[in-house]
Amino acid sequence: MLSQAVVNIAYLLAAVLFILDLKWMAHPRTAVRGNHAGMLGMGIAVLATVLGEEFAAGGFSAMPVIIGVVIGAAIGAVSAMRVQMTKMPEMVGIFNGFGGIASVLVAAAAIAAATTAWTHGWAGGTQEKIAIVASALIGSVTFFGSYVAFGKLAEFLAVKWKLYPWQRAVKLGFNVVIIASALAYAFLRGDFDVWKIVIIVSTLVMAWILMAKKDTFPGLNQIKLVSALASLALAILVALNPGEESMFFALVAVAGVLGVGLTFSIGGADMPVVIALLNSYSGLAAAATGFVMNNNVLIISGSLVGASGIILTNIMCKAMNRSLVNVIFAQMGPTADTPDADEVYKSVKSTSADEIAMMLEMAQKVCIIPGYGMAVAQAQHAVRDLAGLLESKFGAEVEYAVHPVAGRMPGHMNVLLAEANVPYEELKEMDESNATMDSVDVAIVVGANDVVNPVARTDPTSPIAGMPIIDVDKARTVIVIKRSLSPGFAGIPNPLFALDNSLMFFNDAKKAFTDIIAAVKEV
Amino acid sequence: MDIISLLTVFVLAIFVGFEVITKVPPTLHTPLMSGSNAISGITLIGALILASSAALHPAARLLAGVAVGFASINVVGGFFVTGRMLKMFQRK
Repeated sequence: MLSQAVVNIAYLLAAVLFILDLKWMAHPRTAVRGNHAGMLGMGIAVLATVLGEEFAAGGFSAMPVIIGVVIGAAIGAVSAMRVQMTKMPEMVGIFNGFGGIASVLVAAAAIAAATTAWTHGWAGGTQEKIAIVASALIGSVTFFGSYVAFGKLAEFLAVKWKLYPWQRAVKLGFNVVIIASALAYAFLRGDFDVWKIVIIVSTLVMAWILMAKKDTFPGLNQIKLVSALASLALAILVALNPGEESMFFALVAVAGVLGVGLTFSIGGADMPVVIALLNSYSGLAAAATGFVMNNNVLIISGSLVGASGIILTNIMCKAMNRSLVNVIFAQMGPTADTPDADEVYKSVKSTSADEIAMMLEMAQKVCIIPGYGMAVAQAQHAVRDLAGLLESKFGAEVEYAVHPVAGRMPGHMNVLLAEANVPYEELKEMDESNATMDSVDVAIVVGANDVVNPVARTDPTSPIAGMPIIDVDKARTVIVIKRSLSPGFAGIPNPLFALDNSLMFFNDAKKAFTDIIAAVKEV
Repeated sequence: MDIISLLTVFVLAIFVGFEVITKVPPTLHTPLMSGSNAISGITLIGALILASSAALHPAARLLAGVAVGFASINVVGGFFVTGRMLKMFQRK
């Protein structure tokens, strides 16, 4: 058995390893070492905990705990090995939620520990009270918000169309579980009181929102506001009366409504912001748990993750020229000033794979601009194959210009292209590629729309006004691969498609690249 | 530990986080998220300590036990999937 001092030194070592993990993430060459440092840190922290005197003093059999770890580890490992790279946003989304729910449950167990199962008054101090409340509040917002983010990315929440059986099972199953838990708690445990009404009502509100078939409906913004105020009020009440068990769970339920409300209306191109924000919350929830448990390694790790998520959120907001408040409360869409699509698209020219192949034969410099459409079509391998062919057959120089919010999470496109073996040196950031865009002979836009819309530069009344974009219109020729002229997330037409130097190739991204590859081989 | 030293650690760690993470290039933002996600699974330690406490009401211990499960998914899944992604950035 290790003394508490030894355990604390182990925790310090773990914290240092976590910092090194993130520090080594600064370069693809050192990042693998960083990840190993993180694993080692976590291993040391867990081992020290299990061998430490606090764990032994707990006195309960270690077997159930070990079973919990093994089951969790198995689920985590299997899903990590099996998930497709295009599904990474869903994966990270749901994992944020697991971190959040773990914090809520630890807070609940801690409050029970401090009040000896809610029966003998409160034994903790002021710090623990505030920390437990923070842990429950942030954790619950994170969990329910992450579930919504996952459901929207997996396209079973807020959609009109018919669901696959598994989607319907998850959607209904989640609602059944939360309602059943609320009812069981309200009627089977202790006396019925006003907080139990709050729990039931909140749960029903959540379930009602989750069944909606569109992103937004009247009253949603009011629900966000009311649940935010109610969460804060309840947070103060729970901090003042930590022994009141049903009030604690009322806080968890109302914070859940807040989490659902905040994320429900967010869709498409705003998703990276929310995923990053929830990432930050999952860290802050862990840090709050650290204050509950008086544990430095939790506080340090939690604040590192909190900082990371905030930085990413900020980068994403800047890349859209929108504030976080605007992302959460405003609706993107065409305004009265938005020009009519038919008018904008009058002079659109479409092209064929053979014509594109001929243009590519002449091109010395080719720039590929990927968007979410590439992920949907799983076209990354075909894109890479074409780039390789252009390099080997025509000696062309190929690079990729990646917009920070392309895809559904920060760095989404980069991961897909890395999966397809594109060397990371060829992945250019927006500013870098814009600086040399006028020397590009052919720019190929694949499944991107708003991030290449020149209206952002020219029309101050547009919903995307001021958003930094990839200036593909400055390339000599632009080829846009898209299934139709339908608008992107911002809901506005894109005049890029109708420029003199633009050609549309209407096709599924993967099919388009396969056809172009075949045509290039024949040239 | 008193609240002031815990707060000190919290604030300083946030600063370290900002310094270190601003240096991560956009290319690695997805692995950064999944990796930091795994790190936030450190709640596992809090859950482990509570789940082993015999003094706790069985229902509360069960909650801590479920927290152990969720945090373990987070930790193991997070590190594994990050490793998988980073390997793709490695090969040339």
